[in-house]
Amino acid sequence: MGRFFFFIREGLRALRRSALPSLTAILTVCLTVLMLGVLIPVLQTTNNKTNEVRNQVGLRVFLNDTDPQGNPLPDGGIGGQQAPPAQVQALKVRLEAIPHVKAVAFVSKEQALGILSDRLKAENRQDITAQLPGAHNPLPASFNVTPDDLSNLSSIRAAITPPGANGQPAPLSPLISGIGDSRDDAAKITGATTAVRWILGVISALLLIASLLLVGNTIRLSIYARRREVEVMRLVGATNWFIRWPFMVEGLVCGLVGAAVAIGFLFLGKQVIVDPLANNFKLLSSGHSIGFASLALVLLCVAMGVSALGSGLTLRRFLRV
Amino acid sequence: MRRVTKVYPGGHVGLENVSLRVDRGEFVFLVGPTGCGKTTLIKTLIRELEPTEGEVLVAGRDISTLSSSKIPQLRRRIGTVFQDYKLLPSRTVYDNVAYALQVIGASRSEIRTKVPDALRLVGLADKVKSFPDQLSGGEQQRLSVARAFVNHPPLLLADEPTGNLDPNTSIGIMQVLYRINRTGTTVVVVSHDREMVDKMRRRVIALDSGRVVRDQAAGTYTPDDESTREFAMRLREEMGVDDEEPRY
Repeated sequence: MGRFFFFIREGLRALRRSALPSLTAILTVCLTVLMLGVLIPVLQTTNNKTNEVRNQVGLRVFLNDTDPQGNPLPDGGIGGQQAPPAQVQALKVRLEAIPHVKAVAFVSKEQALGILSDRLKAENRQDITAQLPGAHNPLPASFNVTPDDLSNLSSIRAAITPPGANGQPAPLSPLISGIGDSRDDAAKITGATTAVRWILGVISALLLIASLLLVGNTIRLSIYARRREVEVMRLVGATNWFIRWPFMVEGLVCGLVGAAVAIGFLFLGKQVIVDPLANNFKLLSSGHSIGFASLALVLLCVAMGVSALGSGLTLRRFLRV
Repeated sequence: MRRVTKVYPGGHVGLENVSLRVDRGEFVFLVGPTGCGKTTLIKTLIRELEPTEGEVLVAGRDISTLSSSKIPQLRRRIGTVFQDYKLLPSRTVYDNVAYALQVIGASRSEIRTKVPDALRLVGLADKVKSFPDQLSGGEQQRLSVARAFVNHPPLLLADEPTGNLDPNTSIGIMQVLYRINRTGTTVVVVSHDREMVDKMRRRVIALDSGRVVRDQAAGTYTPDDESTREFAMRLREEMGVDDEEPRY
């Protein structure tokens, strides 16, 4: 226990005595953490948005309207009424049973009309829906089928329209009038989002490596300035760990102080800049990015760990006396 | 040492086939011109250097077979006074000496009693709070001696402890080493101060180009019961230095 406090005292003493190198190390850690603290949420939000876009791509299975008896009107027959709920439910269960289907959502004729009206209203063209005669709703009911992954879209499509007796694809239920998908769009989105993911990955990796090198190098310089001292310690019979612990304590404190200052600035930035903007920009407020507390904790631990290990490892070179 | 040879990477021969034996409690001088291998010999004794050939035995143990984790143990049992002092510049006089005790895990109370004792021995008791760069050369040298001796090692090596110092200060240092030797510690002193060595009347080993060329007592041995004060007075008298006692 006495040793433990001795090492802490020694580490703090060294910090005081070599104030300038310590300050440089603290500043480096601070800037690095600041940079990571800004970029991690940005990268994460971008990644979340990418995933969101990917998740929105799916199949739309359009349903035939039926006659009053519940028999499907042929040929995409529009102008009847929506299929009875029992039939809709049965089809939904069948669709959900298809492998790789993540979710199936029913959009009724009324909902479809509602969506269209909203969209037109947004474009100030509600006159188009207003022209619809009376209760007539030409829009079909449909299922939105979401795949578990974008790449499984075609296999789901094949499962909904298996080859019939004549070898041609035929829908698995007479209720289905057709499948709408934006195959080209899907391909484009897949390509673009994959590229974005790769770029994000590479940027994160480079950033992490750069931060580690930067912090490691600063610590290396501050130890290099004291290599003679380390040599003397060795020559009067200090063991490697006896020399190393105070340096690691020093690194730990540099990491702690640097990261704490940076987190302070990040918190300030969040309060003053990001939070007010979040009300106006949906991208910023998408609630999936890492919470501030956990981000701060991760950055703090990483900064302290890297600084302490950096000190310990750098020292190895000078301990070979 | 048995047939020790040290060849440096550049091909320079530091020691060549050196065999010698120093007994417990002896006071030995190692002399010779610059570059003759004196410092190399000291460095092989604390495993700062490994001999190319031969065996170095300290307290009967071949230290070339020590694993690197055992080297600190060896160095703790040998006090070394370095030619360039090798003090820790960021520590006070007190802390420099205390460090040698801290590395062996001495308790605080032990440090509190032993460090002032060692500093009193070398006459630095009033400089405990100074930093090495605030001390004169002689004072730094004496601090180096205090650090080497503070945990009472059985063997004390001193590499040019009087180099660059005026005769009076040199005698002061020698007086301290003599006093340490009288406590039973084996002392090996490297020096090229011929006059001083002769006056000390102790065993002298002369090296030249890495070889032992002489190993004999210089002059007549003085009786072992000569007190430290008598010893210093005799030295001053014989070297023609003012008979002025330093303050310590």
